[in-house]
Amino acid sequence: MVKKVFTANRSVAEAVKLAKPQVVPVYPITPQTTISEYLAQFVADGDLKAEYIRVESEHSAISAALGASGAGVRVFTATSSQGLALMHEILFAAAGMRSPIVLVDANRALSAPLSIWNDQQDTISERDSGWLQIYAENAQEALDAVLIAYRVAEDRDVLLPCMVCIDGYFLTHTVEPLDVPSQEEVDQFLPPYKPYAFLDPENPMSIGTFTDPEYYMEARYAIEEAMERSKEVIAKANEEFAEIFGRKYDFIEPYQCDDAEIIIVAMGSVCGTIKDVIDSLRDEGEKIGLLKLRVFRPFPTQEMKEVLEKASKVAVLDKNISFGMGGVLYNNIKSKTNADAYGFIAGLGGRDITPEYIKEIVAKTKNPTREIEWIGLKKEEV
Amino acid sequence: MEIREEEFLAPGHRGCAGCGATVGVRLALKALGKNTVAVSATGCLEVITTPYPETAWDIPWIHVAFENAAAVASGVERALKTQGKDAQVVAFAGDGGTADIGLQALSGAMERGHNIIYICYDNEAYMNTGVQRSGATPYGASTTTSPPGKESFGEDKPKKNIPMIMAAHGVPYVATASISYPEDFMKKVQKAKEIDGPAYIHLHQPCTTGWGFDPSKTIELGRLAVETGSWILYEIEDGEFHVTYRPLQRKMVDEYLMAQKRFKHLTEEERERIQHNVDALCTELKI
Repeated sequence: MVKKVFTANRSVAEAVKLAKPQVVPVYPITPQTTISEYLAQFVADGDLKAEYIRVESEHSAISAALGASGAGVRVFTATSSQGLALMHEILFAAAGMRSPIVLVDANRALSAPLSIWNDQQDTISERDSGWLQIYAENAQEALDAVLIAYRVAEDRDVLLPCMVCIDGYFLTHTVEPLDVPSQEEVDQFLPPYKPYAFLDPENPMSIGTFTDPEYYMEARYAIEEAMERSKEVIAKANEEFAEIFGRKYDFIEPYQCDDAEIIIVAMGSVCGTIKDVIDSLRDEGEKIGLLKLRVFRPFPTQEMKEVLEKASKVAVLDKNISFGMGGVLYNNIKSKTNADAYGFIAGLGGRDITPEYIKEIVAKTKNPTREIEWIGLKKEEV
Repeated sequence: MEIREEEFLAPGHRGCAGCGATVGVRLALKALGKNTVAVSATGCLEVITTPYPETAWDIPWIHVAFENAAAVASGVERALKTQGKDAQVVAFAGDGGTADIGLQALSGAMERGHNIIYICYDNEAYMNTGVQRSGATPYGASTTTSPPGKESFGEDKPKKNIPMIMAAHGVPYVATASISYPEDFMKKVQKAKEIDGPAYIHLHQPCTTGWGFDPSKTIELGRLAVETGSWILYEIEDGEFHVTYRPLQRKMVDEYLMAQKRFKHLTEEERERIQHNVDALCTELKI
């Protein structure tokens, strides 16, 4: 283990190097770009023994990744926003073909209007694709999540692709001190890839076939079951990760929730700001807590219920919007728990979520007037 | 030429009687042999050969989507390479999956220099969805989206020249072929396998359903296309162009056009225009 000061993009690249994928098809896009650059340099220097494919689009990046995975190797790709949207069709195919691809998405707003800045609309919009989704709060979590993602995705009880979501700029371009594990530690945690079914002339099989109504539903149900089984696999991977690396992760991370009257739910980098605000509000005697959601798919319903249903009110912060419905996380929580929850849309297209906005969310949750509120909105510009 | 008896595409698939695409795949796989991995684009071929839980493929085969056969093949090729496996990767895509929706992925794969053979089985329209016009539909053809009518004589644009677009990528081997000239086609497939780098073969393939002719006439129609100069067999090897088959006496284009329902609506004047265009190209190529 070595202490380094890296951006999350660099930490992701380091994790990929340690995970040793054999094929890496990537297409550059802001703010993912430096991931593709670091990996290109690692390959150029011989530090990552992988076939780096300079594809002509994100659609081809995920397609080549799926082809390579089908041919029996560990693969990696990364993208952002418009790139993820371009991959949309093949994301569903990757899950349906039970391909354990690991993808890092540098979370960025979707056009229009065109924006290169952060929100989480891109990955949230892929929530039904059959991919596991992990959201990182900082560069360390991003690095660790990539390793855990491979371990879980490749497990025979799962065999689903996994998306690691890191907030654009807030994480991708911000340097932080972090531990970079040694190759020995990673090898202990992540064994060499053994494909389950692959293209082999000695044992020919057809992968990605056409299916009529007699079989389609069963194939989709198998994904649902694998998603459910992944919960146990993630829990076990988190335990072993803690034993080897000394950092313990969970589906959720409650902060000051035990006696909290109001719990804020959020994902990703904004959780750091929220923790700061909670500390200062607690100094003033306010019983506020944070429930950081780390694993969004599979959705940890039971863990969420146990924490949220103890609070009198819940504020859900969404960096996405399902128009006419509020934030997706808010809706998921409303449908899966009995929490008295209120939805807050904030930080779209890179709008800063300041401590003042967090305090405003707390105040509005105490005395709610609306089910869904947009925070930090310049009403005069609408 | 020796043609192996072994089959790698089994009978019993769901192709129409007289399907030309499956003839092409059978021939290609006979030329390539067992140590081959196939990639298919969505389309007739994929649908008729792999209705789960059955498959007609006796070699490893993968399909992902319509427009990405070349990209999937790129990934397969690099994955095999990094594992030290020497299987030949061959992609099969129709004219829609090649000339239209798959052109970007194909261009990228060709330009990157993957060691893959890409075979476009060209039946000159979107046959899987019921004969809609593609970029490879020839001038004058009636399709369900380029129908003749009071203000239309059918498809009003010439066929997009994909082999030449591939040649412009500077790939080491580009060829046209026809299922009706199996030796010519299989020799080209073998040549494509021998060269190191990307190879593109554009395989002309009559479609009984989409073109409107009796299923017993598939091979005959393919021959008529070539014998009339409507489809030219050539190859471009390291930039060197040469015609690989010259009819002894070129037949009139009418013989080819009138044998198909899709051209039946054309007036004499329109057919003459087609003959004129064929003559111009054939004269240039000394056919």
